[in-house]
Order: sequence, then C-alpha cells, then structure tokens
Amino acid sequence: MSVSRWLSLENWKRGFWSLIRFTLIFGLSFVILYPILQKISTAFKDKRDLYSPVVVWIPENFTMSNFLDAIRIMDYWPTLFNTFVLSAMTTLLTAASCALAGYGFARLKFKGSGLLFACVILTILVPPTTILIPIYLNLKEFTLLGLIPLITGKSVNLLNSYWPFILTSLTANSLKAGLYIFIFRQFFRGIPKEVEEAAYIDGAGIGTTFTRIMMPNAIPAILTTALFSFVWQWNDSFYTTTYLTSSKVMSTQLSSLPYNLSIMLGGDPSKADPFYLSMVQDTGILLAILPLIIIYLFVQRYFVESIERTGIVG
Amino acid sequence: MKSLTRRFGAKPRNYGKQKALWGIAYVTPWLVGFIFFFLIPLLSSLIYSFSEVTANSQGISISLKGLTNYVAAFTVNTSFNRLLTEAIVDMVVNVPLIVIFSLFLAVVLNQKFLGRSFARAIFFLPVILASGVILTLESGSLVQAVNAQNAGSSGLINALGSFELERLMLQAGVSETIVNYLTGAVDRIYEIVSQSGVQILIFLAAIQTISPQLYEASKMEGATGYEAFWKITFPMVSPMILVNMIYTIIDSFSRNELTDLIRTTGFVQFDFGLSSAMAWIYFAAISLILLISTYFVSSKVFYHE
Repeated sequence: MSVSRWLSLENWKRGFWSLIRFTLIFGLSFVILYPILQKISTAFKDKRDLYSPVVVWIPENFTMSNFLDAIRIMDYWPTLFNTFVLSAMTTLLTAASCALAGYGFARLKFKGSGLLFACVILTILVPPTTILIPIYLNLKEFTLLGLIPLITGKSVNLLNSYWPFILTSLTANSLKAGLYIFIFRQFFRGIPKEVEEAAYIDGAGIGTTFTRIMMPNAIPAILTTALFSFVWQWNDSFYTTTYLTSSKVMSTQLSSLPYNLSIMLGGDPSKADPFYLSMVQDTGILLAILPLIIIYLFVQRYFVESIERTGIVG
Repeated sequence: MKSLTRRFGAKPRNYGKQKALWGIAYVTPWLVGFIFFFLIPLLSSLIYSFSEVTANSQGISISLKGLTNYVAAFTVNTSFNRLLTEAIVDMVVNVPLIVIFSLFLAVVLNQKFLGRSFARAIFFLPVILASGVILTLESGSLVQAVNAQNAGSSGLINALGSFELERLMLQAGVSETIVNYLTGAVDRIYEIVSQSGVQILIFLAAIQTISPQLYEASKMEGATGYEAFWKITFPMVSPMILVNMIYTIIDSFSRNELTDLIRTTGFVQFDFGLSSAMAWIYFAAISLILLISTYFVSSKVFYHE
C-alpha cells in the first residue's frame, strides 16, 4: 500500500505543485512585506547606522529619536485625530448614500433609471483631474444655486473646511463613489426577490423593507465599501491637498514632512542630509499607516469573507 | 406610507408606480450630487478648455478662443506629449500583465493549503498600503533605493535575477520583444503585485461563485486541472476580466505623472484653460483605449444566460 502510494505519479505531482505554490506565495508575500519590514528596520536606526556597512536589518544603536522627530514634525496626535474624524465621517455618509442609490438602481426601477446608472459608470470612468478645477472654483465661491448670496449677501468659501467632503459624500459623489454604488447595486441584485415580496405581504413599506430587511443582509457590502472608502480617504492626497490647504490631515502632513523637517533642522533645505530626511520620512509613513494596519488586522477576516459574498461578480 | 399619501390627498397608487416613486427618491441624493459635483463641472471644464480663463478678485472671466489651448498643450508645453505617451504606454503594458497575474494568483489562493487565510491577508494588504500619498512617497524613498542597490550588487539575488531568465528564453528562440516584456514584468514585480490587490479580490469572488458540480463532473470525465481551468474557470470568470481591465485602467489615473502635470498647470501656474484642455485630451485618449479594449474583450466574454 505505502509503496504504491510512494510510486504514484499523482502524489508526486501534487507534492511538486504544493512546493511550487509555497515558493511562489512565500516569495510574493516577501515582496509585498519587504517595504514594510524595511521601514520598521529603518525607523529604529540611528543616524550613524545609516552609513555603517555592517548594519543591514538590525540596527546597532536602537533609537526612538526618528519616531519622536516624526511625531513632533507631523504634529502626529492632532493630525491622527483630524484624519480619523474626516475619514470616519466621509465613510459613514458615503456608505449610507451609496447604499440608497445602489438599492434604488437595483430594485426600484423607474423610467430612465438605466440611463442614470450609465451616468454612474461615467463618473467612474472620467479621470478626476478633468473636473477638479471647476469643482475647486465652485467651492471657492459656493452659492448653492444662488441661494446663499440672497441670504447673506455674498458667496461662501468652502475650501479649507470639511464641507467639500461632507457635501460630496452626502450626495454619493466623493472619491470613487461610483464604484461603491456599483458594488451595492450588484449586491442588492443578488438578494432573492422573494425576501422583499414576503416583507411587502407582511405589510412593510418600501422604506421599512430597506432599513429592516435589506440593510442587515447587506452587511458584507457595507463592510467592503466602508473599508475601501475609509482607507482611500485616509491615503488620498488628490482631493485632500486641493480642498484642505492648511488643515492638518495625514496625507498633507506626510507630503510636506521632508520640507518641515529640514526647516526644523535649521535653515536651508538643500543642505540637510538627504538620507536622514528620507529616514524620518519613512518613519512618518510607518506612523501614518500604522492605524490602518491595526484596523486591517481586525477586519481582514470579515473583509476577505465579505468580498466573496458581496456579489461584485453579479 | 399609506398615511403619507392620504395626507397629501393623493390617490393610493398601484404597487409599481409606488416603487418607481421611491426609486426616484432613493436616487435623488446621488442625482443632486451628480449634477452639482460632476455634470456641471464636466461641462464647464469643457468650456474652459476652449477659452481663456482669468481669475481675479471679481471672480473668473471666460473668453472663448477656440482650439488654442489644445494646440498649446501639444506644441508649447514641453513635457505634455512625453507624459501622455508614457501614461498610455504604461497602461497598455501594465493592464494585461496585471489582469493575467491577478487571475493566476486568484486561482492559486482559491486552492486549499496550509496558511491560506494568512496568505490572503498578505495579498490584500496592498489594497490598503499602496494607494494615494504613500505610494507617491515610497517611490521617492532614498533609503529604500540605496538598500535595493546594495542588495542588487551583492550577487546572490542577481544570480537568480531576470538576467539568466532572459538568456534562457532567448536561447530557446522566443521573440525578443516578448522576452523583454516578460523580464520587465519580473523586474517590476512589486509594482505589479501592489496594483493587483482589488483585482485578485474580484477574481477570487468570481471563482467562488462557480458551482463545484462543474468541476466534479469534469473530473469524472477525466479532465486534468489544466483543462478544467481553461474549459471551466476561464470562461466563467471572463466577464470579470472585463471588469478588472476597466478597474486597472481607472486605477492608473491616480498614479501617473500626467495627473501631476495637469494639477500643477491648473493650481501653480493658474492656467485653467490649458489644464482643462490637457485633462480632456487625456480623457479622450483613455476613452479610446477603453472603447477598443472593451470591444475586443466583450466579444470573447462568455455569459451564462
């Protein structure tokens, strides 16, 4: 028995494939994790270790000074708080408005809803740079159809506040919102019609059916969109640097970190040691993604499971 | 709902009409946003691109001047042509690579093996990490560049690098373009892995909707794993190939230098007209690519119905 198993080609093939698979997955995982490991190692290094040829991974002189520098320069704790508030706010509003729109497109068909859904796809396809300038000018002198000047006499400048984010996410037009509407629509289309019909027969209106029946069923889709929108808002520098010029959020702080650091070191940015700047910047990046990694550790199980059930695939 | 209609003095409508009304109500928030934050900006951007926009304390004044901005983008601006071609070439090179790579990985990650959930967790990490500002900064990290240099020159990695592979394949008589394409992909493996997180997710989800009976039946008939992949998995996920292709294309908006150029033209040089013209040229180029590739792929796609 054991001999025949040993000689079986099938077994050899399987063993060989799992070896290849292991190598492949291990290697690619390493490629993915490498920059993070590198950053962690760099973050603890002392300035001297950077030039020491014997130090590759484990620093000779452990130091927390990079962290302290980065925290001080980025104004880390207030920045963290601001970013968290901003991302959480847009995530909640976006998920809610996209769920509504997705349900509307999936189940409550009306004349022209197909055309409007084509418009949703259009919003995904148009590069955001195309519409950035008019939006910018519009928000700089926000009139709300000329209503605000009627009341206060002049237009409002919404830049440098959270209003652009609130307004766009409330109306499901924030960063990549078209994608979320698409995900929700596909998901709601995958829920059997009988569920809703049962609810209607039991006397639930359309609103009640949506909040009490469909939403609890849509938790996987909600989790997926929430995680995507939170993370992408957190890392976004495109809209953030346009709408918020002086407010302290993670992405703006990160991109101006090297400059601020060289100013703090005294004087001329061009004279500062580029390696040291880069080292502190790496530490800054590590600090910025640390909250995301912690969140990911907790939700990744739901995330991976849920995306399989979101029915993105229809 | 009934009390609501009664209050407004309307006759209770039939079920279908009621549904349609609610549908309009549900879509309205998005529609308002679509008009204010998409449609109007899109149209005004089109107008800007054909005109001279000057911003002053009174607001902005627009005077039409025809195609001047478009001509300027192609002829006057020093880097626009180069960046546009780079962006398009990058897209054409990367999209097939990313789609094939993520399909392959999705198939691998769908198999049962020890530590599968751990491996999945790692492979989806780039969805979180390689986006936005982090990606931009990472490419500029000096420490990383120097470390990569050191690692490269130490010999060990080099021996297994794409150089040997290249020689091997050239000797085997593979065309040089293909060899360069593939070895280029091996050298940019991090870039490709980090851009294919969402695509792997989508493919994985698609593979899991395929009913296992199909595989069982084909196994009974003596199909090998290889045949099962091409005859079952591939046709069943082919609609997702289209989706992933489009996703990869739109995902590349955020990470190319052309976007930066358009931004700086608009917000540093305050040449709104030229910036809008550039953005529209870029949009037109992308639409063209999307149309062509959608046309070719969708004719091959297998639909269940």
